[in-house]
Amino acid sequence: MEHIELFFKSIFIDNMVFATFLGMCSYLAVSKKVSTAVGLGAAVIFVLAITVPLNWLLDQYLLQPGALVWLGGEYADFDLSFLSFIMFIATIATMVQLVEIVVEKFSPSLYNSLGIFLPLIAVNCAILGGSLFMQSREIATLGLATTYGIGSGIGWFLAILAIAAIREKIRYSSVPPALRGLGITFIITGLMAIGFMSFGGMLTGGDEESPKEEVTASVIEETKENSTLNEVETSEDKVVANNIKVNE
Amino acid sequence: MGLLSKKDSKLILDPLADNNPITIQVLGICSALAITAELKASIVMSISVLFVLGVGNVVISLLRNIIPSKIRIIVQLIVVAALVIIVDQVLKAFAYELSKTLSVFVGLIITNCIIMGRFEAFALGNGPWRSFLDGIGNAAGYGVILIIVGFFRELLGSGTLLGFKVLGDPIEKTGLYSLGYENNGFMLLSPMALIVVGIIIWVQRSRNKALIEDH
Repeated sequence: MEHIELFFKSIFIDNMVFATFLGMCSYLAVSKKVSTAVGLGAAVIFVLAITVPLNWLLDQYLLQPGALVWLGGEYADFDLSFLSFIMFIATIATMVQLVEIVVEKFSPSLYNSLGIFLPLIAVNCAILGGSLFMQSREIATLGLATTYGIGSGIGWFLAILAIAAIREKIRYSSVPPALRGLGITFIITGLMAIGFMSFGGMLTGGDEESPKEEVTASVIEETKENSTLNEVETSEDKVVANNIKVNE
Repeated sequence: MGLLSKKDSKLILDPLADNNPITIQVLGICSALAITAELKASIVMSISVLFVLGVGNVVISLLRNIIPSKIRIIVQLIVVAALVIIVDQVLKAFAYELSKTLSVFVGLIITNCIIMGRFEAFALGNGPWRSFLDGIGNAAGYGVILIIVGFFRELLGSGTLLGFKVLGDPIEKTGLYSLGYENNGFMLLSPMALIVVGIIIWVQRSRNKALIEDH
């Protein structure tokens, strides 16, 4: 249950683009055509799903205050959290390079459609932002971190797909000359963000505190079962996401 | 400008208007918009970027002949990350409240596209002094937009500037509020940042027709 809640929350309520403006640069630059937008969106989901759990492990066993306690009692006072920026970005840059090499080796067709976007992604704020939000929101388990990574990726994918579709259509409208291109894209994104704000009360019905406490106690046992279930749910959610897109 | 040659002063002045990193080059919007609900946060963010971009450009420019081109992205990221850690620690030490407001967005200066963009486009091919000027110019162009957006959002959204109640007190109904003026709380929400930037772009391009895109 907590997984589903976090999943939908990261797609709609805390949508990377509309709620926190992360990854705006590539969102604006690569959204002129739907086909390229899909490629970049897929690459973002892929990389977020890998780097967020990886950085969660780093954060948990290396960076947090007292995280080094597994090395022995004398390390319990160490606080390396000031290093988190450099560790996170190094992990992301390495993973992106590694993913690129692996994909090129094993699936040339995927590489052709995804490959050119992968280097761009190392400097996409959405990726680093995912890891930093994961750290500052204190996500509790590895499973939840993965869910969060995938969910935010899908949220970003949805956003870039929607704006690319709108930009393809708006080419045929008579926009005031000075607003053409960038200006109108900003304003449309603003309007879409207002639309997405209405998802705010979706899951909790505006009452955030009360239901959570009962769930957290039993989470640790459930996590392992849920992680397999979750993969099935992810594919279903994509269908839901597609339906929403069609309705737009 | 007696101190700078004409070519050098162009490096600083160009990004302020006709080649602005945000409104023309579309870079660095990621970390810019979310923190502009208050003028103070926008100013601090601009200063942080000014420091990181100025110093970073010099460092990369000094290293430009020894960085192997294959791993240059990682080298650049490490340089920026180190500088951002300095900014983050200074903010936490001297302006703790503000560093809470900025939260993850200080860290996101690392992936600010302006910084990587200037490293790639300028610092890797030019000497330290010119790179420094270019960094300062671009960071100032970024700061100008941030401060304009922050100014309007704070003024219209909460009726204050830098925390001073310039329009009177909304509760005691003094100043403008005695005439029935109300704050527009919507300006404080994130979508309005995008719309304000959209309007800035509109104004700028109406004044300078050469900047208009054909879709």
